[in-house]
Order: sequence, then C-alpha cells, then structure tokens
Amino acid sequence: MPVLVRIPTPLRTLTKGNAEIQAKGATIDSVVDDLERQFPGLKERLLDETGELRRFINIYVNQEDIRFLQAKKTTLKDGDEVSIVPAIAGG
Amino acid sequence: MEKLNGLRCRECGRHYPAAPVHVCEFCFGPLEVDYRYDALRGVVTRESIAAGPPSMWRYKDLLPIDGDIAVGHHVGFTPLIRARNLADELGCREVWVKNDSVCHPSWSFKDRVVAVAVTKAREFGFDTVACASTGNLANSVAAHAAEARLKSYIFIPADLEQGKVIATLVYSPTLVAVHGTYDEVNRLCSEIADKYRWAFVNVNFRPYYSEGSKSYGFEIVEQLGWRTPAHIVVPCAGGSLITKIWKAIKELKLLGLLDERLNTKMHAAQALGCGPIVTMIKNDTDVLVPVRPNTIAKSLAIGNPADGYYAYKTTKESGGSGEHATDEEIVEGMLLLARTEGIFTETAGGVTVAAARKLIERGVIPRDESIVLCITGNGLKTPDALQDRLDAHVKINPSLSAFDRALADLKSQTS
Repeated sequence: MPVLVRIPTPLRTLTKGNAEIQAKGATIDSVVDDLERQFPGLKERLLDETGELRRFINIYVNQEDIRFLQAKKTTLKDGDEVSIVPAIAGG
Repeated sequence: MEKLNGLRCRECGRHYPAAPVHVCEFCFGPLEVDYRYDALRGVVTRESIAAGPPSMWRYKDLLPIDGDIAVGHHVGFTPLIRARNLADELGCREVWVKNDSVCHPSWSFKDRVVAVAVTKAREFGFDTVACASTGNLANSVAAHAAEARLKSYIFIPADLEQGKVIATLVYSPTLVAVHGTYDEVNRLCSEIADKYRWAFVNVNFRPYYSEGSKSYGFEIVEQLGWRTPAHIVVPCAGGSLITKIWKAIKELKLLGLLDERLNTKMHAAQALGCGPIVTMIKNDTDVLVPVRPNTIAKSLAIGNPADGYYAYKTTKESGGSGEHATDEEIVEGMLLLARTEGIFTETAGGVTVAAARKLIERGVIPRDESIVLCITGNGLKTPDALQDRLDAHVKINPSLSAFDRALADLKSQTS
C-alpha cells in the first residue's frame, strides 16, 4: 500500500534531506515500521518508550488528525498522504 | 549583560543555540528561551523596573531581546482595575480586571507577543513575517509588520468575524482565508513554514513570541503593589498565556522580587463548545483529546491546543482549576462586565467572566479571596456576538413632544 509521507524539518537529517518519502503499510503503525526500515532511527523519534506517539507530534491522513480516526490503527489506501507535523502554538 | 543561554527543550532539556527554531529535533518538545537567572538576580529590581517606560518594555531584561526594540514601543502596561461593582454582583470581596482590551495598538494581549516576535524577526534578518490566527494575532501581526516595514502573510479561517478581517486588511498584509478550522489553518502553516523562509510568529518564532505573554503577568503583580492575587482566571485557546503568566510569577519569586510565598491559583476558562484543556482538568488527565470547535468564542476556538498539556500542568501545579462556559453564558458574561464596569470585551472575555462566576458559585474560588480576571480582547471587533441580545434603541423625530412620548412608553414598559 504505497503512501506519501511528508517529513518535517527536524526529521530530515534522517531522511537525507528528503521532505517527501514513499512508504508502504496498511495502517499508520505499519508505515512507521516501514519508515524505520528505510531510515533507521526514525521510529524512536516518533514513538516514546512505551510505543505511543510522542506528545508533541501530530499525524494527519489526507489532512485529518488521526486522533479523529483510529489513531495509529488508522487504515490507509493507495495514494493516501500522511503528514507528520510538530504541535504549534496559536491564537 | 549576558542574559540568554540560547534555547532549551522543555521536555528533554537538550540545548540549542538562539535561532528561529521551535521544536526539539530529538523529542519534538517545544523549545524555550533559557535565561541566566543568576546574572539577572540583583540587577532586575523593583526600582529598575519602576524606572522603565510605561509599557511592557519595563520588563525588557526578562524578555528575549538582545538589542533595541524594533516595534511596539507602547505595547502593554494596561490598566489593572479594581472592579467593585462586578465584585458586588459576584458576591466577592476583591475582584480585579486586567484590561488588555485597550492594549496598544491592536486591542488585544497579542500585541505583547507580536512586539517581541517582530523585533526578533528583525534581529534574525527576516524580511517577511507570518502567522496563523483566530483574529487577534492577525490584527497584531499585520499592524506591527506595517510599523516594521516588513511583508506579512496572515492565514485565517475563512469564517472569521468581519470585524477581525477588516482590522487586519487595513494594514495591507497578504491575507489568506483558508476554508477550514483554525486547527487546519495551523497545520497548513506548519507545512508552509517548513517550505518558505518566513518568520512565522507562532511557528518558528514561538519560543520568543510566547515569552511576550509574561509581561501580562509581571504587570498584574507590579500593579497590585508587588502582591500576588489568590486567584487568576485566564481564557485558554492554545494554552500559552496561562502558562506564561504562571512563569512570570515564578520568575519574580526566583529573582527575589516577591516577599510572599507562591500562593496564586491559576484557573483556565474555555467555551463548552471548544474546551479540551478544561476537559483535561475536570478529568484530571494529562492526555489531550482534540475537539472540533463549535462556539461563538472564535478567538478561543482551537481544538488542538499546542500548550494544552502545559496549561493543564499549570493549573495542577498551582492548585487551580478550570471551567467551561456555554455560548449563552459567554454573552451574559460580556454583558455583565459591560453593565458593571463599563468595559466592552470580546467573547473570550465573556468566557473568563462566565467561568469565574461558575468557579465562585461552586466554591472553588472562595468569595473572600482576591481574584484577577484576564480580559484579553476588545468587544468592538466582534459586535455580531451581541447583535440579537441587545434591546433595540428608541428612534424618534427631532421634537420634544416625540421624546416625551417615547420616554412615557419606556417607563410604562419597565414599570
């Protein structure tokens, strides 16, 4: 299941500077595993010691926050776009 | 005086040089300005502050500015008002209103954060500033960019109140209305900030920007005669302001400027239609569940607040609490403040007044303790919120007899 993953600046040191990566996986969980295969070290940046998504990272599938979907179990289809976005302030 | 050590991750403590970056590369935690408090102790005194200008810049030593102030020389030092009529109405002994609805130049507390961010953008040599905004930040960034003669790109949700749109456009920024919620605008801006080399005040300039809010807290304490109130009720959107007011009080304590021990309780006020931080407080959990906003308090309509976790921790650490207000209660809160104190605040101020009232009625805030209400924006920007709630005015021909008849009618209606 190829999907496009957008990588934020803080993680691009691991992706050789690439802002967009093709990854495979039927769920967010498996996409994270595939990213780790391609770019070792990426997974521990995204997940904490307990395997949960780090507090200050938001993941979106086609612009929708995965916390409004099935979180890390959210299923993906061909051509979906996954964005990894650090939390930002506002007002 | 060397007062800054660069930036530091609030979560894992990693150090970074002072630069326009906001996220820890390792854990994604927010970066925060790291001050050398040892160098500031004894240098920043009540007297040195009192000798400063009547603006937020009297606290410049505690803000992350190295050089001269570029813009917003007159921001801050807004009135702290003893609200005796409101106190009577609420059945309380001592109520104060910190009134940033008259903050210069764009009528909200956002001028404090933007003055710091735009000054910093100049220091780092940027030619363009930008922001995602629910309105007040848009007004302020556009105003200060005009003063700094920088280009500005302002991103807002397309359904923003007309008053806030006009109060942005007047400064000639590039205004981009995005079909979506503020949270969607914010996510988009995060991606835009990654691509374009702009000073996004609430993204890559967040560590500097957010420090400006501390001045609101410093002023409360100084204007109370270097006393801290027992309670401060703060409206929460992204959750940064409540965190920074608390930080300001702790810094004053750290620098030896407070005689008393830290005894202020911080309370969060949010709309029921968008209250994820208060929900955390009520459920006593540090896990934020994002919501889709549905409230008239659009300036607080952030369903995924970046500082929600820290806002929750602030209320917890200080022994405070939080309360939601319905749209109806928000309007009542706006009307109550106007009727008792002659202050016209926007919907966010209505949230603060309404939440405070409920906290008082629940006994969470005792009636005999001092309370500061944070009023952070001006009602003239959002008149639509009250349109249907205000009595129609009397219309007459220009004759004395017409007025006499109208007056008699009014008296018979109210008797």
